[in-house]
Order: sequence, then C-alpha cells, then structure tokens
Amino acid sequence: MKFMLIWRVTSDEAWSNLGEIDFDQMLETVGRFNEELIEAGVLLAAEGLAPAEEGVVVDFSSEPPVVTDGPYGETKELFNGFYLINVPSMADAIEWAKRTPMTAAGFKTEIRRVPTIDEFPADNEWIKKERAWRERTGQL
Amino acid sequence: MSDPTGRKAVAAVWRIDSARIVGALTRYTGDFALAEDLAQEALAEALVTWPREGVPNNPAGWLLTVGRRRAIDAFRRRSTRDEKYAALAHNLAEGGALTGATDPGPAPDDVLWDPDQIDDDTLALMFTSCHPVLSREAGVALTLRVIGGLTSDEIARAFLVPTATVQARITRAKKTLGAAKVPFEVPPVNERPARLAQVLSVIYLIFTEGSSASSGDEVIRLDLAGEAQRLARIMSRLMPSEPEVHSLLALLELTAARFPARRGPDGETVLLEDQDRRRWDRSAIARGRAALAKAADAGRGYGYYGLQAAIAECHAVAPSVPETDWNRIVVLYEALGRLAPSPVVELNRAVAVSMARGPAAALPIVDDLAGGDAFKDSHQLPGVRGELLRRLGRLDEARTELEQAIRLCGNERERAVLTRKLADL
Repeated sequence: MKFMLIWRVTSDEAWSNLGEIDFDQMLETVGRFNEELIEAGVLLAAEGLAPAEEGVVVDFSSEPPVVTDGPYGETKELFNGFYLINVPSMADAIEWAKRTPMTAAGFKTEIRRVPTIDEFPADNEWIKKERAWRERTGQL
Repeated sequence: MSDPTGRKAVAAVWRIDSARIVGALTRYTGDFALAEDLAQEALAEALVTWPREGVPNNPAGWLLTVGRRRAIDAFRRRSTRDEKYAALAHNLAEGGALTGATDPGPAPDDVLWDPDQIDDDTLALMFTSCHPVLSREAGVALTLRVIGGLTSDEIARAFLVPTATVQARITRAKKTLGAAKVPFEVPPVNERPARLAQVLSVIYLIFTEGSSASSGDEVIRLDLAGEAQRLARIMSRLMPSEPEVHSLLALLELTAARFPARRGPDGETVLLEDQDRRRWDRSAIARGRAALAKAADAGRGYGYYGLQAAIAECHAVAPSVPETDWNRIVVLYEALGRLAPSPVVELNRAVAVSMARGPAAALPIVDDLAGGDAFKDSHQLPGVRGELLRRLGRLDEARTELEQAIRLCGNERERAVLTRKLADL
C-alpha cells in the first residue's frame, strides 16, 4: 500500500525554532532517516519544499482567478515536504511517521493513503491510458 | 486504539526493529537463543497489551524493556541452581528495569539503544543466523524472522509450509547454535570469507525462492524477493569493503528490474527475448549498476555474484536482443564456468555463443552436455538444442527435441511457450 507522509510545521514558534537548528545537523538527521527508509525498501519518493514565501497561489474564488505571491493562509495550513512510501499497512505507515526526523511541539506528520489504479474502473478509457503510462514508467 | 490496530502495530514495529531488538537483547544477555525467546515473549505480551491499552510512545523501547525484565526473571530462576546467574541477574537489575510500571519508559534502554553498537549487533546477527552449523531451511527461517522481522506465519505462507514447521525449524536452529556454542560475533578475519559466502548464499536463496515462478502466491513471493534485497542492502552498508556483497545486491536489483515485464496479460511467462523492455524498472537498474560499480572499484575482479550481475547488466543496458553485447556475455560465462563450473552455466554459455557467433558454434557445447546426465530429466537441454537445430534449418531434429522438452517440462507456462515454438516450426 502506498502512503504519503506529509510533513507540516503548524505554528510560527515551531517554524522559528527550526531556523535555529544547525544545518549540517539537520542534513545528518534527515539523511539517516532517509537511509533507513531506503534500506528497508519502502521509500518511493521524497521531496522537501522551498519556503512558502517563494510560493504563488492561484485562487479560484473569483472569476478570473486571482494570482498572489507568498504564503496562502496561516502557518498551520502549510506543508513543507513529503515522503511517499510503500508498506504493508497503515500501522507500518504510522510507525514510520513516528520516526519522522526534526520534530517537536508544533510539528505534524499527516498520513494519507494513495489509492492504486485498481480502485478505479478498469474499463474507463482514461484509466486504461493511465494504467499504460504507469506500466511504461514503472509506477503501478 | 483498538484491535486489530494494536496487533498490526506490533507486526509493524517488529518489521522495522526486529534486528535491533534481538541484537540488543543478545548483547545484554550474551545468549542469542535466549534473546530470540525473550523478544518473542515480549511480542506476545505486546499482542495482549497494545490492543487493550494503546500503542506505547516508544514501542521498540517497550519491547526491549519487557524483554530485559524477562531476562532478569529467567536469570533469577536459574540463579537458584547456579551462582553465575545470580551475579548476572544482580548486574542486570542494576540498570533499573524492575520498575513495575505498565508502560516501561524508554529511559533505561538508551544504554541498549547505542547507535554505535546497533550496526555491529545486526552484523553479528546475520552471521549467527546464517551459521554453517544450521541447515539451509533453518538459516533462511531464522534470518527472515530475526533480521527480516517476518512472523512465523508470514514465513510459512511464503514457503508454503505449515506455521508449526517454521516454528520447529527455528527452535531446532536455536538449539543447534547453543549446542555448537556459536559465539555472537562478526567472525574473525581468517574465517570471514567462508562465513560471508554462507550469509550471501542464504540471502540469494531467499531471493530465488521469491522470484521463482514454480509455485505459490506470486504477490507473497515477490515480497520475499524484496526481503532478500533489503537484507542485501543492510549487508552492503555494514560491509562496504566486501565487493561480493555489492555484487549480490547488484544481481538482485538487476534481476528484480525485469520482474514487471516477465508476465504477459494472462499471467504467462514472457521470455527475456520477448519482454517489453520499456517495462523494466529503470531505477532498479540504476541502483544495480551503481552497486556493481562499487564492487568493481575494489579492483579484485568479479566473483561468483559479480559475474552474474555483470551478465544481468549486459541485458539491462541493451535496447534489444540483437543489440546485446553477446561477446561480453560469452566471456563472462566462461569466467563463471571456471570459477563455479556447472552444467547450467555451460548451457547458458551455449545460448550466449549461439547469439554471438551463430547456432553452429553453440551446438557442440550442447551436444557435449547431452552426453552427460546432468540434464537427464530436464526440459532445458532439449529446449535449447531444439532452438539451435531450428535455426540451423534441421527442422525434423528440432521437432524431436521440442517434443522431448514439452514432455519433460513441469511448468505449465513454460510448456505453453515450447508448444508455441513447436507449432511455429
């Protein structure tokens, strides 16, 4: 089963504490966790995101949509990175999520299951196309 | 949290941390068999407690503390007979484990959870589980349970044997290790090459069992192949200066890379030459090649696994069968045949020679093999011979060989391929 572990920093205080941590130390802590995921054969993908201040939001509340620079909403709504893992059950995903590095009060890891292509109607032509693409690119 | 989540959490924690838990308990008690028992007792206790009271904050620490407390109990029981155990029990209790709390906190176990020790312990566990005094089956079962973190049930399902059989194998294995007084250690340098070969062969056996199409539920078997890859990865991290360890990992990655392409829409076997190479797992190929490059960096030439991985690499990088570097594959098979002579290697060499230099050059090799009785009851030799004869235009003889191959072939899917070949003649 595929799960996405979404890493969130949900308070301004936690966010500023994060800035205090030694960068090399952070690389090592995160790196060790990544190595563990790789060795266990569960890691499919992982990305960390650039600061939300660099982000752009396209808001569809109005017509035409409004494009604004910078973070959208409040800190607790932001997410900062993700792991995509392949494990036998939600329980395993929880155990890995508990091991997320660089955590303290105000940090959260959200776990979302990623449905497989088999959960969509197999005879739908778009699903067929998607399946073909997934087979071709090894992403089934 | 309620059942079955608690039970699943126990399995999940065991999958991730079994080696660390058993390793730490072995170092703590000095007795691998006892440590494995203690870990299993701790798991049994977790299966009762976690569904009822929730998963503890530090599940691995919880298991370790329970295991340690049981160790002290065991030593105290034995101490009535033996003073040595009385001293041990006293020393162990000094660590402050006997608090009696329902949720043993992680604090006392920080000592056991020493990151510098964990790697040594895991390596020692690998060498112990794959010790030559054990039968192959026992080594496989013990390795999968202790380092792979599989349950006896999971191992039983993967090997299509009853759970009781797996449990008996493990119990017997622990007794054998105890009787042989096998020390819990990474073997000394003079014993290491032979012992390492044993570890690698157990991992390879797990992989081939997982990748063989002969029987069983394919999904579970693929998990077994994945488990072998995980063990190989652990070994290559722990023994970075051993080229054959990287070679084994490379071989597993490069072989597994072809898994997505080896079944047709109806589950039939698709031979290497007919596989849709776009379906090969490119990242697995990249990982395999990187591992093989590391093995080559050692500058000692390829060994048994290295040669096989190098052959697999030739296929992995070739856009098609005709564009494959068959001359290099011939050379690699020649080297493999010198290092580990076997009729199977000879037959594979013959196939490679036929691709590099044509069927006429390969036929004598196959005819030599037909003179021996290594392939007496196997479909492989007549299958290859039939194919060579077909390419030489000797169709009557080819037909006889293929009919023979079909008669001997026990695998339905492979038989279908042969039958199609015969029909096409």
